[in-house]
Amino acid sequence: MNTPVRRIAMAVMAMIVLLLGNLTYVQVVKAGEYRTDPRNKRVLLAEYSRQRGQISAGDQIVASSTETNDRLRYQRQYPKGPVYAAITGYYSPNHGSSGLEAAAEEILNGSDDRLFARRLSDLVTGRDPQGASIALTVDPDVQQVAYDQLASKGYRGAVVALEPSTGAILAMVSTPSYDPSQLATHDASKESAAWAELTSARPPVLNNRAISERYPPGSTFKLIDVAAALSSGRYTPDSQLTAASTIRLANGRTTMENYNGNPCGTGATATMRDALARSCNTAFAQLAAELGIDAIKKQAEAFGIGTQKIQLPMTVADSTLGQIADVTQLQQSSIGQLNVALTPLQNAMIVAAIANGGRLMKPYLIKQITALDLTPVETAEPDMLGQAISPSVAATLTQMMVNNEDSYSGSGKIAGVKIAAKTGTAELGSKTQAPHVWYVAFAPAENPQVAVAVVVENGGDGNDLAATGGKVAAPIGRAVIKKALEKAGAG
Amino acid sequence: MAGRPDAAAGPAPAPLPTGRGIELALLAFAAALVTGALVLVEANQEQELTRSLLYLGLAYLGLFAVAHFAVRKFAPYADPLILPTVALLNGLGLVMIHRIDLARLSSDPDSGSDLATRQVVWTAIGLVLFIVVLWRVRDHRVLSRYAYTAGFAGLVLLALPGLLPSSISEVNGAKLWIRIGPVGMQPGEFAKILLIVFFAAFLVQKRELFSTAGRSFLGMEFPRARDLAPLLVAWGLSVGVLVLERDLGTSLLFFGIMLVLLYTATERVSWMVIGLSFFVGGCLIAYQLFAHVRLRVLTWIDPLQPCPLDDKTFVACYDRGGYQISQALFGLGTGGLGGTGLGAGRPDLVPYAESDFMLSSLGEELGLIGLAAILVLYLVLITRGLRSALAVRDSFGKLLATGLSFTIALQVFIVIGGVSKLIPLTGLTLPFLSYGGSSLVANYALVALLLRISNAARAPLPRKPPTPHVPIAEAGTELVERPT
Repeated sequence: MNTPVRRIAMAVMAMIVLLLGNLTYVQVVKAGEYRTDPRNKRVLLAEYSRQRGQISAGDQIVASSTETNDRLRYQRQYPKGPVYAAITGYYSPNHGSSGLEAAAEEILNGSDDRLFARRLSDLVTGRDPQGASIALTVDPDVQQVAYDQLASKGYRGAVVALEPSTGAILAMVSTPSYDPSQLATHDASKESAAWAELTSARPPVLNNRAISERYPPGSTFKLIDVAAALSSGRYTPDSQLTAASTIRLANGRTTMENYNGNPCGTGATATMRDALARSCNTAFAQLAAELGIDAIKKQAEAFGIGTQKIQLPMTVADSTLGQIADVTQLQQSSIGQLNVALTPLQNAMIVAAIANGGRLMKPYLIKQITALDLTPVETAEPDMLGQAISPSVAATLTQMMVNNEDSYSGSGKIAGVKIAAKTGTAELGSKTQAPHVWYVAFAPAENPQVAVAVVVENGGDGNDLAATGGKVAAPIGRAVIKKALEKAGAG
Repeated sequence: MAGRPDAAAGPAPAPLPTGRGIELALLAFAAALVTGALVLVEANQEQELTRSLLYLGLAYLGLFAVAHFAVRKFAPYADPLILPTVALLNGLGLVMIHRIDLARLSSDPDSGSDLATRQVVWTAIGLVLFIVVLWRVRDHRVLSRYAYTAGFAGLVLLALPGLLPSSISEVNGAKLWIRIGPVGMQPGEFAKILLIVFFAAFLVQKRELFSTAGRSFLGMEFPRARDLAPLLVAWGLSVGVLVLERDLGTSLLFFGIMLVLLYTATERVSWMVIGLSFFVGGCLIAYQLFAHVRLRVLTWIDPLQPCPLDDKTFVACYDRGGYQISQALFGLGTGGLGGTGLGAGRPDLVPYAESDFMLSSLGEELGLIGLAAILVLYLVLITRGLRSALAVRDSFGKLLATGLSFTIALQVFIVIGGVSKLIPLTGLTLPFLSYGGSSLVANYALVALLLRISNAARAPLPRKPPTPHVPIAEAGTELVERPT
């Protein structure tokens, strides 16, 4: 009976080979799929087994990890959750992460290349591996004011405040906001309930309006028209433009009228300075036609529209002029309508560049990366993206914008501070929808410390069809500027 | 019955080396590997060199040294590879169980999980039984005298949990246990060996009967219908286990072993063909009749399928019936080719990580490379067993060694195939690696029998008193049988 035993031995070998083949399939071919399956808790547990770096703004801690007793060793906490949600985003056990928590993942979890030496020493000294901490450029007081201004009135909108000379982000707010702590809880049922609530919230709360939403800039775009006109050398603030209340556009059919159908002042023509202060559409439609598509486009691009891919490190949505097929469309675009769409951050960059003598600075959110023992790993350096306009054009434009602010009514003016500003009221193509309103500004005009962009969706409460940037958005912008200047003066 | 080759026919062979020195060296090597594995676990789990580490390592060394000297005394010519292979598997299992203890303690310090110490105790008990078997069973052929006793005892042990009330015998849906207070055992593990002894002896006695030719069909000689009785009995036994104890794995294991023994005894491929058709038929019927069999098949096809929220009765999906196998696959996949390293994975996320799903724990931390090494260890153990079957001179020994070796092979195939989704999942333990007292103790008895048979195979023949030389012309007629 040796033959059957030999055959059985062969069969056993075949069985082992079959097992090996199948294990190879599972552990090599399908391994990636199994490893990254969202239901595989291993990746998550590994993430939560080391202390994640904290995020702070000045002396305010905005996100930190504390040790727990449950299976996930560290609990993420957001002490000022809604105020900073637009910046931090959330970090959740079962629903991924967003904002800085996602974009700066490698820094916060300690796997970033810049932390290599650190990891090596952790390995040698046997210290628990830790993530690095992030110090934001954000000023906690300015951030708080910006958030309170929007949230207390129940507005949907965004505020971005920049330091013009560096591009450092002093405040970035999006409302309505949410508390990321709700998603960071380790209680899976609470987490999924919060997830269901937040994702279905109307208006949406999880998106960061300051960098992910794009709005028609309305009249704030006229700053670009003026910049193009001044840069061409053929115009001065005193150049005369039409004051007609209505004009026919280049195609001969479409008409455009000024706000409320008002003429631009009392004469047949108005200076460019006055036209900007009164925000006369007809004047700028005429100006744009005279300048041509290329000049406007080039100027917009010089300010970064459609040319700069910005990582804060969060990815900023691309601002765009949209298609401009002919002069008629150019005229419509020149007043910030048609397909022009800017993020609030982009609009803040434009005024910051004007404030900074035409130098467009790259906006940034991370001031310093520090190891958990507070030794700095890397400190941010301001980075110039380009010269958007010449210093002299910037100075002239600044004068015109100071003139604007002087002509604006609205509350919150700051005694003794010269603000340079422009408002915008972007109509939404429907007469029943209240317009998005804007206020972009910087101050003090002679030595700018802060540039802001404020956008409020649908004029604030959504019913006020007569809402304007001056009435709704300007007081918010002024409050933010006031706080920023207080801080700059104190600092 | 095979006869003895005439010792006088050839020149006296040179005395065989016993191989005991090799065995001891390999045991020391296994001890070094296991201790190294333990140190890795401790390092990766950021444990200090605790006293428990010392105890485990020393206990391991001491136990196998004793076993080695027992082999030296009672079976000096036994195969030198079998004991070290078993020791290494057992040791790796201990390390892994200890590692899972640590994981459980770190996620819940109050759990007091200390399975490793218990497994060391079971190993000790297993080795005591191992020594007792080597000591008491000095010649494996003696066992065939107790064939019917063994068969009866085996049947009783096998059937007992199925007939006892569920409160005593049921664990996780399968009725395999006899539990009295905190002590529990799975009598099926011992029944396995007793039934192999019975079947081997029975087949040797009735061999001629089953070899009687019936019809020839497709180039194979099929047995007569009335000779199918033993096969039917084996099949009935398996179905009985399936019905009474709701255990797919044990049922499959028994039928497979019986079939292989029948084939080995008769040398008829036709038995395999008939047996496999019985098997396929049984599978089809079981699939139709038993919900738990259907569930196993459905979760084998796609364990990761999301559960429908509106149909709570559908259980063959990820969160319900497919949960365990899915977790095992996640573990294996995360381990990948090289594994996370001992102590650096999360094998505790898989249910029953220390017993039924030991493979996925090993696969996660040791990777495909580690599992391949473990499979090769099993292959060494099984082929050394089969080698003994080839070399031993008596038919009963051949059948017994084949049956015992193939049991390990089939069990390894069913468990590893099940956990890695090659075949539907069934609840069995990995021999020597998984946590579980009955399995470990019974398998040590099994190995002792294998060593006993290999000893018989390798031992030099007792010298016959020299026969007076008789001239060929005057010699009487001597009947010489050809050895099989």
